[in-house]
Amino acid sequence: MSAREAILARIRAAAAGAPDPEIPRAYRTEGSADDLVERFTERVRDYKATVHVTADAGTVIAEALARRGGRRFVVPGGWTAVPDAAGMAAMSAMADMEALTDDPPLSARDLDAADGVITGCAVAIAETGTIVLDAGPGQGRRALTLVPDYHLCVVRAGQIVSSVPEAIARLDPARPLTWISGSSATSDIEFDRVEGVHGPRTLEVVVILQ
Amino acid sequence: MSTFLGMPTDRPFPANAAKAVRNAQLRVNLRKATGTIRARRATAVAELPDWQDLRSAGKAIKDHTLRHLDDYLIQLEEAVTARGGHVHWARDAAEANRIVAGLVKATGETEVVKVKSMVTQEISLNEALEREGIAAYETDLAELIVQLGDDWPSHILVPAIHRNRAEIREIFLRAMPDAPADLGDQPRELAEAARRHLRERFLRAKVGVSGANFMVAETGTLVVLESEGNGRMCLTLPETLISVVGIEKVVPTWRDLEVFMQLLPRSSTAERMNPYTSMWSGAVEGQDFHLVLLDNGRTSVLADQVGRQALRCIRCSACLNVCPVYERAGGHAYGSVYPGPIGAILTPQLRGMDTPLDRSLPYASTLCGACYEVCPVAIDIPSVLVDLRAKARHSRMERLGMAAAGWIFNRPSRLARAQRTASRLRRFVPRRLPGPGAAWTDTRDVPPIPPESFRDWWTRTHGGAR
Repeated sequence: MSAREAILARIRAAAAGAPDPEIPRAYRTEGSADDLVERFTERVRDYKATVHVTADAGTVIAEALARRGGRRFVVPGGWTAVPDAAGMAAMSAMADMEALTDDPPLSARDLDAADGVITGCAVAIAETGTIVLDAGPGQGRRALTLVPDYHLCVVRAGQIVSSVPEAIARLDPARPLTWISGSSATSDIEFDRVEGVHGPRTLEVVVILQ
Repeated sequence: MSTFLGMPTDRPFPANAAKAVRNAQLRVNLRKATGTIRARRATAVAELPDWQDLRSAGKAIKDHTLRHLDDYLIQLEEAVTARGGHVHWARDAAEANRIVAGLVKATGETEVVKVKSMVTQEISLNEALEREGIAAYETDLAELIVQLGDDWPSHILVPAIHRNRAEIREIFLRAMPDAPADLGDQPRELAEAARRHLRERFLRAKVGVSGANFMVAETGTLVVLESEGNGRMCLTLPETLISVVGIEKVVPTWRDLEVFMQLLPRSSTAERMNPYTSMWSGAVEGQDFHLVLLDNGRTSVLADQVGRQALRCIRCSACLNVCPVYERAGGHAYGSVYPGPIGAILTPQLRGMDTPLDRSLPYASTLCGACYEVCPVAIDIPSVLVDLRAKARHSRMERLGMAAAGWIFNRPSRLARAQRTASRLRRFVPRRLPGPGAAWTDTRDVPPIPPESFRDWWTRTHGGAR
């Protein structure tokens, strides 16, 4: 008998009399729709990330990158769909920036040598201060937001949902997903939270009001 | 053959605990760490008004899945395969290790990077790979501390909880070749040293090995929650990814994650959300993906009516952090990669109760119930402990005593005779018992024996009327 058949047979024998409860879903499947931007920004700040809320994304992004220093930033395919046209214009006015595109794919070492990465996101969660990337336009493959030490993520206000169940409903499991809540961190030493381990040590979030 | 759970001790829990409580440094470290996380978890949980509803849902989803585990595993296998992944089945640790070693060898590589995973600790995968000439590098900070210190994990979430910052600094200086000579003991500096140490290894890694927190049958999605980004490095950068996952980690639907993505982070690291979660379905972004489904004793646990609820466990470690016994004895005393209250019910069920250590684990508890209260999937740990105590083989003296008591209590006339005899001899009963009975009276008084039994008194006085 193969291991597969053996395990399945053991399960069938073992689970025969086990209880089969109805699943009660009395928990909240929708959070409050009020103050989504305020709640989201407050909770991202709790993770010690920097958050800007603006109607003028281009200027804010340009200023953030200038403050960060360096000039070689990874810009995933489809990025132009993320900020609005005026924002794009403001950004391209930054003569100093060199956009690293992932086509052909950048190697892990290229990414390690970049000064940072700029992306959009698929959905954001107010209650937990989480952004979710799904490798869609303006987000790129997962390594792009992992290896560079600086990640600037643009969130459109309309992408923010209140709660985890609303985010799950909006996401497509067929795509590789990365949930990001603050910069990389560890609590492994005495349960003391320290920001900045292997992932980007600096996370900057720009929320665009529409 | 008993199930192997990767730990060295065979001495029973009380002996291990007696040694541990004499280690003042260990007690200080544990008290500080568990105290911190207890307070934080309480705050994180209190923030959700529907916590108890989420908990009920989590419990029911897991119970429903366990009842239909065969169907959901088959569905999972189909979904992963349909999305380009390969699924392997392993009955026990040896079979799983053989499969993983074979897969690594097929890539021609001799190094793998690892995401923290309880199940690969359970099967001692690192040691098995080493015997095959493959070096496995732990990348989670706490696992790295344990690996570099040639130590054993003592906590599910934070395996190096028994070490404080000064001890960690010393381990790094001793065993991390590229550690800066002026390394201080601030957690920030230590984390930075680990970042530099592992960076190069991540960038050149060709094979990654992980576990998973959840697997979704409906979509074939695997889910890994983490904090540092080492998980993302191991899951994303290598060309080949091998995930070893216990069969009980499956949940039926994508939607079910809306429950567990709320329950797990708040219970484990006491955060609204952990910094990073990766979800992927099958082979993605050109990667070669293998899933190894592991039994290793889980189907025996499933067969136990009372004990099977231990399979609901999502490995959050909240029960360890609230346990007064764990806080004092530490994780090593449990002699298993699964310590604390959940370990006390999981280890004897997975491994059987053939050794003095495994028979002693159900007693490693005061039955105070704090573990049950914090468990996000409502595992009634005290009830399972009591059930296991009844199942464990007891000492000859205890069995003889119980048999004698049973014989006496079985007939009222026998009981009455025994009580009258005891009353007559009451002034000869010592305050402390001799022989093996002394263990009992070291910490308790022998109950006073009355001059006559209640029944005799009632008969004599008609209930005090005479």
